[in-house]
Amino acid sequence: MTETRPIVLELRTITKRFGPLVANDAVDLVMRKGEILALLGENGAGKTTLMNILFGHYLADAGEVLVADAHGGLQPLPPGSPHAALAAGIGMVHQHFTLAENLTVLDNITLGTEPLFALHRSTRAARAKLEDLMARSGLTVDLDATVARLAVGERQRIEILKALYRDARILVLDEPTAVLTPQESDGLFATLRALAAQGLSVVFISHKLNEVVSASDRVAVLRGGRKVAERETAGADRATLAELMVGRPIAASRREPREPGRTVLKLDAVSVAGHDVRTRLASVSLDLREGEVVGVAGVSGNGQTALASLVCGLVAPSAGTMTLLDQALTEFDPGAFVAAGIGRIPEDRHSEGVVGSMSIAENVALETIGTERFQTGGFLKFGAMRQAAEEAIRGYEIKCPGPDAPIRLLSGGNMQKAILARALDGAPKLIIANQPTRGLDVGAVAEVHRRLLAARMRGAAVLLISEDLDELFELSDRIAVMFRSRLTAALPSAGLDLKTLGLMMAGHDPAEVAA
Amino acid sequence: MEIFDILVTVSFWVAALRIATPLIFGVTGALLCERAGVLNLGIEGIMTVGAMTGWITVHLGGSLWGGVVAAMAMGALCGLVLAVLTVKLGLSQHVSGLGVTMLATSASYFTYRVVLPNANTPPRIQPFEPLNIPGLSDLPVIGPILFQQTALTLLAIALVALTAWFLNRTPLGLALRAVGENPAAVEAQGLDVHRLRMGAVVAGSAVMALGGAFLTMSAFNAFFFEMVAGRGWICIALTVFASWRPGKALIGAILFGAFDAFQVRLQQVVGGAVPGQVFLMIPYLLSIVALVVWSRKASYPKALMVPYIKGQR
Repeated sequence: MTETRPIVLELRTITKRFGPLVANDAVDLVMRKGEILALLGENGAGKTTLMNILFGHYLADAGEVLVADAHGGLQPLPPGSPHAALAAGIGMVHQHFTLAENLTVLDNITLGTEPLFALHRSTRAARAKLEDLMARSGLTVDLDATVARLAVGERQRIEILKALYRDARILVLDEPTAVLTPQESDGLFATLRALAAQGLSVVFISHKLNEVVSASDRVAVLRGGRKVAERETAGADRATLAELMVGRPIAASRREPREPGRTVLKLDAVSVAGHDVRTRLASVSLDLREGEVVGVAGVSGNGQTALASLVCGLVAPSAGTMTLLDQALTEFDPGAFVAAGIGRIPEDRHSEGVVGSMSIAENVALETIGTERFQTGGFLKFGAMRQAAEEAIRGYEIKCPGPDAPIRLLSGGNMQKAILARALDGAPKLIIANQPTRGLDVGAVAEVHRRLLAARMRGAAVLLISEDLDELFELSDRIAVMFRSRLTAALPSAGLDLKTLGLMMAGHDPAEVAA
Repeated sequence: MEIFDILVTVSFWVAALRIATPLIFGVTGALLCERAGVLNLGIEGIMTVGAMTGWITVHLGGSLWGGVVAAMAMGALCGLVLAVLTVKLGLSQHVSGLGVTMLATSASYFTYRVVLPNANTPPRIQPFEPLNIPGLSDLPVIGPILFQQTALTLLAIALVALTAWFLNRTPLGLALRAVGENPAAVEAQGLDVHRLRMGAVVAGSAVMALGGAFLTMSAFNAFFFEMVAGRGWICIALTVFASWRPGKALIGAILFGAFDAFQVRLQQVVGGAVPGQVFLMIPYLLSIVALVVWSRKASYPKALMVPYIKGQR
């Protein structure tokens, strides 16, 4: 049945090199009208590069793109021109949205669609067309709102509307769910299905097996720049896809039983004065013991940021006491906290984890740059820094050109490995891991999990803040829930199920839920 | 109070608007560049080039309007140099801009010496005359303030309105505002980021040059070294003061002109009790105060000073 649908797009032997790195190696791909294709692969597998070539952001070193014209005949697409791609009916929703925040929704959508040198803009026809599109697709958004004020979910709707407004027949979405809540993701895929039923061909990039299996008709797997498999989603199972994507079997980490030791971190009715619920804590108490992982669940923005900042020493409590190994913490300074034995895995690795333009060696040494290990009398010991970086690269299998390479060149997973190496080096007694696997692919997630569990076996206490409930159940001995700046008691994870946790996340009392 | 009497005299506001005119041109040009994401620190030199070119064109026998066009053309040329450096090659906008200022200033002085090797004092030209439009110029208060100015002052005000209309009402203006905020958004919509930015810098520089031309062809009647005297830098500050909006830029320029006109008159009123240099400081001090008070929360174009290189990872 699939074969009867006409071909709308064909990529032929696309090859792209960035210096010595081969990002795409002779990739072929065919798309048919009205189908949803998932492009599956780990970070750095070349998915985004391939789509950027299709859309004309990059020039391929070899290969060509063919797009069906109005009569169904395949025509070569002029390379390196987004203008030509748009004209040929290709729309792209980038992972990092391409919206001008100072403009309104309508301005963003109509940008570039009118004759550039017209003396005035006629928005009436654009409005009518968009109202119609919104009614048909269910993608509603206030056309006169300034983009800066809109949430990510709404911004993504604008991006899709941008493509539909230009009568796109092929829609490319790069990691569309990376910034969405599970509910928003479900809504997005329902919309894409409806659009595909109306004849739109959809390609979406993902490294999440769940959504690939549930949302696509067909899946193409990329690994190391090559297409390693392509199959109907209906017949594919997750384990096989995961193996194809990573290239080796993935061993799920198991939490071995372990008796917790003495209390490492004790929060006693700690409050933090913040200006909103996200940055405020209201009388939070928590006992965290050696050899124990305590997970913190909750819908994002309920005070998790404040809790993480507090435990990293970035903010001082306004009330309550905080004790680390029976020593009351009084000096609220991130450097002092690191020195006291707290390892920090920040929520946003790009903005809070690393300094992108600095080298891997510099980043690895950054948190302890003031210690004797990395300096003598105010002079840096470059040898020691390089050596530390080389050990991290070897020990954590960080894929990179070398210790002197700027860390921004690393993929998300490899950057996170470097942060892990830094945080776990020196065997910290307490590890605060805030969304440690967000945006990482299956292989890197497994690695982060393995490292955190190994730290637990060694005797470290781990505070894990995560929105991934599977992850919380997999790693945590006990789970507490944050809701409106308050933290519930931490309950043994063995006695909790997803439903109970879900209700607690919506603000219900655990005792009440259990009854 | 004598001091406040100054503010209600017509001659004070006539002077304020005259002093403001080169600033209106300068800030409008700077705003066009910056809205597209390019900081044009070549402004000081470009105004010098405009002053020099306009005047020498008339001195060598050209018409006044011919001088205006020549000044704009030379300004545009300087803008093109800056655009190639900062947009095409993606070099530092600070360094390139200061480089263009030094180059353009020196080239102006050089041209002056080549054309007039033996002049001790620069030859005078017949500058633009005040308009004196029958009817309009006779209107009370508004008449003299607006219509006893030279044509260039009215052109400056018209240009502000034109720029506001262009930025807010035309597709090209929309693209220009978008390219200074997020060039990736512009490219994703199939437009050429480099062409837009280069166009904005060239056009903005032509407008800046008009500010210089006003000095030699309207405010004075000859070209002197150092005559631009930091007006370009004032315009860069005024752009921030205006939050990159043409209307507020006009108000900012007039405000500065008023401070300057006020200081001259205040010297006459207060006399020798206070050293003259203190009065000269007043407009700059008040400008800094205005900047602090009104522009703390200015929302600058997000991609200002960020070069865009296609296909870069």
